Amino acid sequence: MSWIVQNLWLIPALPIVAAGVIALAKRPQRKLAASLAIGSMVIGFVLSAVAFAHVLSLGHGDSRITEVANINWFQFGDQWVKLGVLLDPLTSVMLLMVTFVGTLIFIYSTGYMADDENFTRFFCFLALFAGGMLTVVVSNSLLLLFMGWEVMGLTSYLLIGFWFHKPSAAAAAKKAFIVTRIGDLGFFLGMAWLYAQTGTLLFYDCGAGCLEHSAVTAMLVHTTVFGLSVSSGIALLLFCGAAGKSGQVPLHVWLPDAMEGPTPVSALIHAATMVAAGVFLVARLYWIFAISPSAIDVAGITSVALQVVTWVGAITALYGSLVAVAQYDIKRILAYSTVSQLGYMMMGLGVGNGPSVGMFHLITHAFFKALLFLGAGSIIHGCGGEQDIRRMGALRGYMPITFKTYAAGMLALCGFPLFAGFWSKDAILHAAFDYDITRIPFYIGAFGALLTAFYMTRQLCYMFIGAKHRGAPGHHGVHDDHEAESLSHPHSPHESPATMTTPMLILAAFACLLGFIGTPAWEWFQNFLDGRPATFSFGALFEGKTALLMAGSSIIVFAGIGLGWMLYGRKPIESPDAPDALEVIQPHIFRVLENAFYIDALYAATIVRLNAALAHISAWFDRWVWNGVVQTISYLVLGTAYVDSFIDNCAVNAAFDEGCTTVSRGGRMLSALQAGRVQGYLRLLGLGFVVLVVILLWGTKR
Amino acid sequence: MSPLTSYLLLSAMIFSIGLAGALSRRNAILVLSGIELMLNAANLNFIAFWRYGPNPAALTGIMFTIFSISIAAAEAAVGLGIILAVYRHTRNTDLDQMNSMKG
Repeated sequence: MSWIVQNLWLIPALPIVAAGVIALAKRPQRKLAASLAIGSMVIGFVLSAVAFAHVLSLGHGDSRITEVANINWFQFGDQWVKLGVLLDPLTSVMLLMVTFVGTLIFIYSTGYMADDENFTRFFCFLALFAGGMLTVVVSNSLLLLFMGWEVMGLTSYLLIGFWFHKPSAAAAAKKAFIVTRIGDLGFFLGMAWLYAQTGTLLFYDCGAGCLEHSAVTAMLVHTTVFGLSVSSGIALLLFCGAAGKSGQVPLHVWLPDAMEGPTPVSALIHAATMVAAGVFLVARLYWIFAISPSAIDVAGITSVALQVVTWVGAITALYGSLVAVAQYDIKRILAYSTVSQLGYMMMGLGVGNGPSVGMFHLITHAFFKALLFLGAGSIIHGCGGEQDIRRMGALRGYMPITFKTYAAGMLALCGFPLFAGFWSKDAILHAAFDYDITRIPFYIGAFGALLTAFYMTRQLCYMFIGAKHRGAPGHHGVHDDHEAESLSHPHSPHESPATMTTPMLILAAFACLLGFIGTPAWEWFQNFLDGRPATFSFGALFEGKTALLMAGSSIIVFAGIGLGWMLYGRKPIESPDAPDALEVIQPHIFRVLENAFYIDALYAATIVRLNAALAHISAWFDRWVWNGVVQTISYLVLGTAYVDSFIDNCAVNAAFDEGCTTVSRGGRMLSALQAGRVQGYLRLLGLGFVVLVVILLWGTKR
Repeated sequence: MSPLTSYLLLSAMIFSIGLAGALSRRNAILVLSGIELMLNAANLNFIAFWRYGPNPAALTGIMFTIFSISIAAAEAAVGLGIILAVYRHTRNTDLDQMNSMKG
């Protein structure tokens, strides 16, 4: 066991400790707060790099490199509940990604939140958030993972509702918390079931962990309702939690509303941490998801759980990209695109032969989505709080760095050839093409890719291209109150400070280049996660099917971008009130898409209303039935108490008082003897002596 | 009248004088000297009983008396110390005034 595995717990512990210290800091201690948070993340990044180097140095000889460090936590009956940390390729790449992107977002936040009066509180929450995510990543126990998971749930609530004086932000925070909690209920049930089945929540424990061969096969042989194996049942329950966190349909509704938080928070939630946690959970528990009864006899038949993951992912991918087409809020477009990309990741996990395909997209997406959100934040910052893309335009001239980096992120998200998103999305499409059950997920994915290219082009055209800036004079600061407070911003847009642009430049470099760690010619990343040696074969790029698929997806991307350009870029948008080009062609469909298929309204009409009715019934019961019972009991108790107090006052107290008076009278009499005169005592002593002598003499006489 | 009886009479007289002084005096120092007188009467008894007792060869009586005298010395030191402290506190050595411990 090496030094780094023993000390891996430091990586999540440092940001949590930093958050605690910041919480004690006073409001003006901004520098302290920011440097503590950033410092803890930088140290975390260095440690992650050491851990990554350690995993690399172990080489690819063994099938799976997994090192654990477990400790006993507390005794429970005759069993010990154990916690632990785990280092394997999956953890090491996630650690690197989270700490690196997190550090950049923290640095960016110092610029973005510079005018906010609650700067220190913000950094406290950010550090705690990162700590929760890192706990999820390093934990070797489902229980510890769940703790980190819930810390993230709490801090996402705090951060989304950071500007809680806005009613919409407070509502969004509650929505995020409650919707993810619904998923977490499934997670918790799955965890309890897993514990009941295997007796442990550790992933790896020298052959006794729940992800290891004996436990997984034991879970497989038991079957439950509908002929599902127990492992599939557990996996589906756990997937509920992952779907809630990762915004999969139908639990995606909180994600777009989470845009009410400050933009760095959106970047953190949507790129590096919160939503990635759900995908990471499925990747971590992949062996519970993947094993199926038929896998023992016939290789390649995927389990029920993985099929569910695939379909939910495919539907989410399609849904998110469809809705993103018709949004006007810069951050909502990105939010729905995140929903759609998360769908791709889940689909990649479902169709891929192992977790590596989905994880590859998770890592590349984290970089370019963080970049896009930071770019959006920079634009919002530069335009004085404007978030409506119709009121932007021609920003290219005002904000050159933001434009270039944003364009890089946009191309990566579209999957433009050679950018990061191209390779990772292609890997997913490739796996979906080889999916042996049906090819429908592949077609859905390809259509989603077309839409992705389309809506990103639309957004880019609205924001950066055009003859003039469409921002109405005097119209700023309706969305972002904190920006409105600082009146120093001039009317015309301006470029953001270097603390904000530098992280964007770094992320842009990764958005361009990161894909090269997993190209078909050199599948280093996928092999690293699966523990196989990577081989370089340039020829693999040009093999028939691969080349065909790559060419096909490139054509799809070009078509999407071209379509977007035709509708929005060719003819500059003149006025902020002009109808959308798509709206002109298909007004009804556009209306449906703009309202996100009315899912929020559907939930409001069904679940929320049902909930309200239940609450009313409960309130009625509480007021009339339970309250009546409680009142009756309380009157009974009161009556008894009156009787009791009467007995106490008249019988017990009187007797006691009598006794007390006697005792105190006796005491007063005796105390008269204690006059305090020494000679009085001596006199008594002498008298007593004389009496004794007289008695003695009397005795001898007889 | 044997020598023993006369010694005992003497010691009884000294004891009575001491007791009377201790009981009747108001000055704490004089009360203390009364107590010293009573102690010395007891010492005289010890010596007398030893000297005219059945075994004068053994030094029991003189031993007892030496212990008693040394204890009396210690007691006198402590008593005088207490009286001094009380005097410093109250500027008074009248025992009738020292009744703050009464019940």
